[in-house]
Amino acid sequence: MLNNILPAFLVGGLLCVAGQLLMDLTKAKITPAHVLVGYVTGGVILGGLGLYEPLVRIGGAGATVPLSGFGYTLVKGAIEGAQSGGILGVLAGGVQTGATGIAVAVLFGYLTAIVFNPKG
Amino acid sequence: MLHSKRAGNQTVVFKQPPVILAGYNVVGPKEGQGPLKDTFDMVLKDSYAHEKTWEKTEMKMLETSMKRAAAKANVPLDSVDYNLAGDLLNQIISSNYAARQIGLPFIGLYGACSTMALSTALGAMLIDGGFASKVLCSASSHHETAERQYRFPNEQGNQRAMYAQWTVTGAGSILLADQGEGPKITSATIGRILDYGETDTNNMGAAMAPAVADTILNHFQDLSRQPDYYDMIITGDLGMVGFQLLLEVLKRSGLRLSNNFSDCGVMIYSSEQDTHAGGSGCGCSAVVLTGHLLNKLKSRELQKILFVGSGSLHSSVSSQQGESMPAIGHAVSIEMN
Repeated sequence: MLNNILPAFLVGGLLCVAGQLLMDLTKAKITPAHVLVGYVTGGVILGGLGLYEPLVRIGGAGATVPLSGFGYTLVKGAIEGAQSGGILGVLAGGVQTGATGIAVAVLFGYLTAIVFNPKG
Repeated sequence: MLHSKRAGNQTVVFKQPPVILAGYNVVGPKEGQGPLKDTFDMVLKDSYAHEKTWEKTEMKMLETSMKRAAAKANVPLDSVDYNLAGDLLNQIISSNYAARQIGLPFIGLYGACSTMALSTALGAMLIDGGFASKVLCSASSHHETAERQYRFPNEQGNQRAMYAQWTVTGAGSILLADQGEGPKITSATIGRILDYGETDTNNMGAAMAPAVADTILNHFQDLSRQPDYYDMIITGDLGMVGFQLLLEVLKRSGLRLSNNFSDCGVMIYSSEQDTHAGGSGCGCSAVVLTGHLLNKLKSRELQKILFVGSGSLHSSVSSQQGESMPAIGHAVSIEMN
């Protein structure tokens, strides 16, 4: 088990450290929202170029759980979709592989909105 | 003489200096743990204080400080001529709703964090101008309401820049009168807006320092005074960053600096409280004036002070559109004799 945990910790940890440094070493105009969107986009680009795959092989969940992993999942699905379903497959494929993550986000977002009453 | 009470370009000197009969303040829990904790009249146990929203809490704090300032001065509320107040929220709702409960003729002010100095200056003008004999002057801010409006939702738990200041949860009121015992407002210098192009809203101290320096320099020039005339020159809420910049600007302007400069934003929190660059918000200078400073004046540890409110007059919309921050400083001299 340690063989899985240690690489996952290192890869996931390094991805998070990079995000933190992005905020700490730049002007405060780089907010967590920028990092969030940047990581998804970065995952898409790296995944599309085939550069994220090795990280997933080494780090497992350490690479797939951070937001860059979501971008990687999207692009992976889009590429697979293109191979099986052509141009429409590109659009559908990303959402198909990302379906679990998207459904979980919608479900928990909905539940949180029902349970809590945000005031500011 | 039409302009007999004016001195120089920006200063008015009061013929019959209005008296601060009493001051009252309410602060939040964090302020109540800070170095000035013993100078506050009321410390809330939590940031809600039994209200449903933080906005309601801020309104209640302001209403309480208005009522109790009058009570402390033994002045019935209905004998007060004007109620002057301002805060940080859109359309100054904290003041509007607090004033609704008070029921006095109300003048709402927006001077961002300079509001306490602004309301005090205007209150003194109303009294010395003969338009009022008693005036309530107040300001308030609340950490969570200000964060929500100017920055991010509190629930988001955004990380703050190390040079950012922490909005004070606090409301302060003073009761000014044309006669009585207490510290007197002897002159006031209304500031002009200066904007050196700072666009980072986390760095309000840097945006405000030039405007505050301008007001201080004009005050001294208008009255032919030097900094050593005062026992303490206390700026509103420049914070650690802005306060250092202010001293630098004043030094370069050729002012002979004495070590009597101080800043409410630097004083209100200790470094262990992890507020980064110190306090800000209308409430910051309001609670330091009504607590610490009034106490020192009444005990005559301080005889003459110059209280300089500092405000950054941007809005969340202007900053999102990339505009720089216009800033202002208003100075009020308060003397015991």
